[in-house]
Amino acid sequence: MSARVLVGVKRVIDYAVKIRVKPDNTGVVTDGVKHSMNPFCEIAVEEAVKLKEKKLIKEVVAVSCGPQQAQETIRTALAMGADRGIHVEVSGKDYDNLGPLQVSKILAALAKKEETSLIILGKQAIDDDCNQTGQMTAALLDWPQGTFASEVVLEGDKVKVIREIDGGLETVRLKMPAVITADLRLNTPRYATLPNIMKAKKKKIDVVKPGELGVDLTSHLEVLRVDEPPQRQAGMKVETVEELISRLKEAGRM
Amino acid sequence: MRSTSRDALLSACARHSKWEVNMSLRQGLRAFGCRVRGHLYGVPVARSVRSFSEKVTAESKADRSGAESTVDHLIYTREHFALKESLHKIIEKEINPFVDKWEEECMFPAHRVFKILGSAGFLGVNKPIEYGGLGLDFSYSLAVAEELGNIRCGGIPMAIGVQSDMATPALTRFGSDELKKEFLQPTISGDKVACLGVSEVGAGSDVASIKTKAVRNGDDLIINGGKMWTTNGTQADWMCLLANTSEGPPHRNKSLICLPMKLPGIHIARKIDKIGMRSSDTAEIFFEDVRVPYKNIIGQEGMGFMYQMLQFQEERLWGVANCLTMMENVIQETIDYTRQRKIFQQPILHHQAVHFRLAELQTEVELLRSLLYCTTAMYIRGNDVTKQASMAKLKAGRLAREVPDSCLQFWGGMGFCSDVMVSRFYRDFRVLSIGAGADEVMLSIICKYMNTLPKK
Repeated sequence: MSARVLVGVKRVIDYAVKIRVKPDNTGVVTDGVKHSMNPFCEIAVEEAVKLKEKKLIKEVVAVSCGPQQAQETIRTALAMGADRGIHVEVSGKDYDNLGPLQVSKILAALAKKEETSLIILGKQAIDDDCNQTGQMTAALLDWPQGTFASEVVLEGDKVKVIREIDGGLETVRLKMPAVITADLRLNTPRYATLPNIMKAKKKKIDVVKPGELGVDLTSHLEVLRVDEPPQRQAGMKVETVEELISRLKEAGRM
Repeated sequence: MRSTSRDALLSACARHSKWEVNMSLRQGLRAFGCRVRGHLYGVPVARSVRSFSEKVTAESKADRSGAESTVDHLIYTREHFALKESLHKIIEKEINPFVDKWEEECMFPAHRVFKILGSAGFLGVNKPIEYGGLGLDFSYSLAVAEELGNIRCGGIPMAIGVQSDMATPALTRFGSDELKKEFLQPTISGDKVACLGVSEVGAGSDVASIKTKAVRNGDDLIINGGKMWTTNGTQADWMCLLANTSEGPPHRNKSLICLPMKLPGIHIARKIDKIGMRSSDTAEIFFEDVRVPYKNIIGQEGMGFMYQMLQFQEERLWGVANCLTMMENVIQETIDYTRQRKIFQQPILHHQAVHFRLAELQTEVELLRSLLYCTTAMYIRGNDVTKQASMAKLKAGRLAREVPDSCLQFWGGMGFCSDVMVSRFYRDFRVLSIGAGADEVMLSIICKYMNTLPKK
């Protein structure tokens, strides 16, 4: 089948970095800070590459929206096995205001342009924790969605997705084209091996502007203030259960 | 605000760009524990409600390496950084979580670790593509060596170095196709563990005086003798062995031989108990009438000594690259520790003796790095870099003792505990001035090039 999979990859501050709030409280410090691919996006890329290795789909296209550095993230996806990349160039103020709504408009436009059968995204990004892009993209395209996927099975023109929900696992069957968002237990992303890193050099990354896709990037949200979480207070030890209950009552917790 | 800190801030404003001013302002404020409100020459100043010096807010080493990739680099390209990134992930997931355990057990699972690295392509970076390597130049091997310095001990990178760049250069350049298929290919893929047999109980620095003999007997060689200080020795599947294969001048009567380690007559006499590099198994080995095919000789018979001397250059450069990262990590951890540890109501780091000394050490590390890159660039172009490689190795051995020693002092009693990294590196780095060419040997080589040795 001529199935093409679009995988969204986001460049975020590396999970191991200690986050610092900017002194003017408008955001967090990003200059000179290590960035890498969002861990859930890694899982999404891995799933797409696995489908290609099983010969169930033909092409994996990695997409990222952002400034020039977003290409590094696309290259990591290429080193993991994606075939080509699309860099949607967004920088400056537009990039600061880029949120799930804008990204999902971009992805929807790209999906139509690239004749995509499947969009696989990470369930959320570790910087904003929005958990919205996948759902919004599906809504804009009027495609079915299987979010929090812990297993994906292609069955002809349908895809079976096992979703992790509060009560346990839910199995849904979607008619393609569809949107899937990857959860933690979907797979273990492979290491980009050195041979693949060198091969990725030759793979193509197309650069596109949001205007060319007919997407309006205006945001309807404004960040007023960013603060560090309150510092953790010291705990206290109690001797008996009675004391515990009385202290909890004093603190207004009961 | 004290006058000294104000001067520092004012000079920072005058000299640097706005971004740098903000950064240095923030750091300056942190260093002096100030809470400043309002503006200084139009530049917004931190309005913190918490005193920053209380908190350990030092940049993680992740921050620094992130900034690396967007900076112009002398010999590393985007692919080198992608390589380091990927290797970093493997180290953090498959190696570092187990290092403490392996250090205690004085052994690490070489087959398992090498297989993981080999499958990802990191053991054959500059080896030929026909045998599973990547055919890249030595700068890629160095990028791997540098990244391996992020492993939380010295023993495992040393063991990996033997596998990837110390037991194999001669085989790669001079070995027959048959030998390469049998020994090089599985070493690159991580299926076979390699070791290097050169030093003996009676001969370390004086390589020419080794006594192990490999005597021709029909189509075979009969090997008698022994080897000492063999890294990976207890786990190795094969050894790159240097032995005497004929009578004659000591520089022309030796050969390098690919020796499978499971042959009858090979005795692993003991695993040596060392004060450092404890997770790496180092063996003393005896050979008693070991029979190996004559065709296992690498290249030309009698050329072994020359081949080994060539092998040493890559080994030495690799060692330098490896210890650079480790030294920087030790310095950074010392900064982090002394920033939050107080003495006489001030962080230890505030004392000029401390932060000036760390600056000195960092400068020396940077100088060594420059020598390494310069030497590598020349090596890649095909030049003989024996003098510079020896200089780099000499400096590395000495600096790698100076850095943990000075840093450990700043850790105080904690530095003496086994719980912290600095004490482990204090022990591990001591051998750098001894192994792979002792400092004294390096000095002799440099003197030879300077023409200052007494004439015979």
